[in-house]
Amino acid sequence: MTEHSIPNFREIGEITGSTDSRDVLAHATRQAARNFDDYLIVDVDAHVSEDHFWSEIIDLIDNDVLRQIGQHQVKGFGGSNALLNISPGLSLQSVGGRIGHQGRREPVNDDSVHRFISTARRSMDAMGLDYQVVFPSAMLLLGMHPQDEIEVALAKAFNRWMIERILPIDSRMKGLLYLPFNSPEACEELVERYGDTEGIIGFTVCSTRNKPVHHDCYMRLYSMIQELDKPLAFHSGYHWGDPSFAQLNRFLSMHALSFTHYNQIHLTNWIVNAMPERFPKLNMLWVESGLAWIPFLMQRLDHEVLMRPSEAPGLKRLPSEYMREMYYTSQPLERTNMKLLEATMEAMNAETQLLYSSDWPHWDWDSPATIDSLPFLSEQAKRNILGLNAARLFKLDTARRKPLAEDVLANRPKTAS
Amino acid sequence: MSGADMAAGTSRQIVLGRHDELKKRQRMVIDVDGTGIGVYFVGEEVRAYLNICPHMGGPVCQGKIMPRTLELVADNGKSLGLGFSKEQLHIVCPWHGFEFDMLTGRHPIDKNVGLTPIPVQVSNGDVVLTVREPRP
Repeated sequence: MTEHSIPNFREIGEITGSTDSRDVLAHATRQAARNFDDYLIVDVDAHVSEDHFWSEIIDLIDNDVLRQIGQHQVKGFGGSNALLNISPGLSLQSVGGRIGHQGRREPVNDDSVHRFISTARRSMDAMGLDYQVVFPSAMLLLGMHPQDEIEVALAKAFNRWMIERILPIDSRMKGLLYLPFNSPEACEELVERYGDTEGIIGFTVCSTRNKPVHHDCYMRLYSMIQELDKPLAFHSGYHWGDPSFAQLNRFLSMHALSFTHYNQIHLTNWIVNAMPERFPKLNMLWVESGLAWIPFLMQRLDHEVLMRPSEAPGLKRLPSEYMREMYYTSQPLERTNMKLLEATMEAMNAETQLLYSSDWPHWDWDSPATIDSLPFLSEQAKRNILGLNAARLFKLDTARRKPLAEDVLANRPKTAS
Repeated sequence: MSGADMAAGTSRQIVLGRHDELKKRQRMVIDVDGTGIGVYFVGEEVRAYLNICPHMGGPVCQGKIMPRTLELVADNGKSLGLGFSKEQLHIVCPWHGFEFDMLTGRHPIDKNVGLTPIPVQVSNGDVVLTVREPRP
């Protein structure tokens, strides 16, 4: 039957880089309202475009000379990239502006809290997150900075900024202490100083660097972290300057390979040098490499170790068995072949070892529906991956922290959707 | 509302306006009782798609419209670099960048991935959208 009636319709606008996060993510809020509003959801890896606040971090550098150089750069050509080794001209993540939320700048009128918190709350509420771990995206490449002292100075400043200015405002936000891994003694000092801080739920190393994780210079650091009983995360990244990747002429090629490459290197060194036997209570977390590399590396290392046990004599089990006891974040989840994804999740014990991460607002972010919509997972597995596994690893209270999705939908500005 | 819902139940027709006026615009995105629909005008052609990306449910019709990017290759196989198509326009999902041909609604590389079409026609100079109500 066809009815001719006066329609009830309204026009809705284009989503741009300045659209309110709650409108950009309104479809994700509806997904939450329909399917998982009562789940505990912990986002283990998100970024709030902290480059907007970079001058605040530069001002906290404790070395007078480096702070002066940084402050001078902030006012000039360096701008929000002051002292950093990223290449703005190679920052092609937004695909020529097609994906507007990468590097977003949305209006915030509420001056009562730090702007960082205001924007983070919007995305947390819109995606239905109870907790979010924030990570400094501008610092992802610092491991390749030619000046180790710059990494140390920025690590100290960023950690202070996060601990003193951000985390105390909202207990839904959590932090991983940034470790300037090229300088092991500086890492130890930071762990000693901030390791017990409320809101600091673990430690992170940016994987994009050429430092062997099994080197003896790191053993005291690992002992300290193991003693604190908080996880150590390796957050992967890209680096187009790496000679192998310099052969790749498209951002997608370099991105697809490099984000898995650095964590493969570090995890291989970690296992072959028997670090799981040397630090058996240290929980390891591998961040932002997706999942497809995990069964690949399990098979490769098992295959080689069986043939050459004399080169991995510290191992008492197969590499894949150690890998099944480590933790991994989900984003960017490769979902194009459900059979392979199901086998991958089975191989890695995803039901207990996988932690949801959004990577918002980066271009390849994943909403919680990325996990919730997987047809082969049980409801309990979805609840574990989306929040309960992280709550167990990070010792988080599982009581509801987020507003109702329906309330978020009702209160969003509706400027674009 | 899912594509399956849209294909079921009764329907109603919505007159969006005069085609002569609307076709000056490239696109309009409307919300009909909570269902988002993108309507596109390409010359004399009109297309409409559900505002839900087949990838992860993003607001696909609210992103940028871009010309299709082409890999230009000479007869001898050498690359001539990248170029924009002068004929084909793409609807780009603002969530993750999935692209769809404006006239066919199909992804340029994987033709199995496509937007959910919504019936639309020009009738007596009016642009008329047919929206099916979900079964109760």
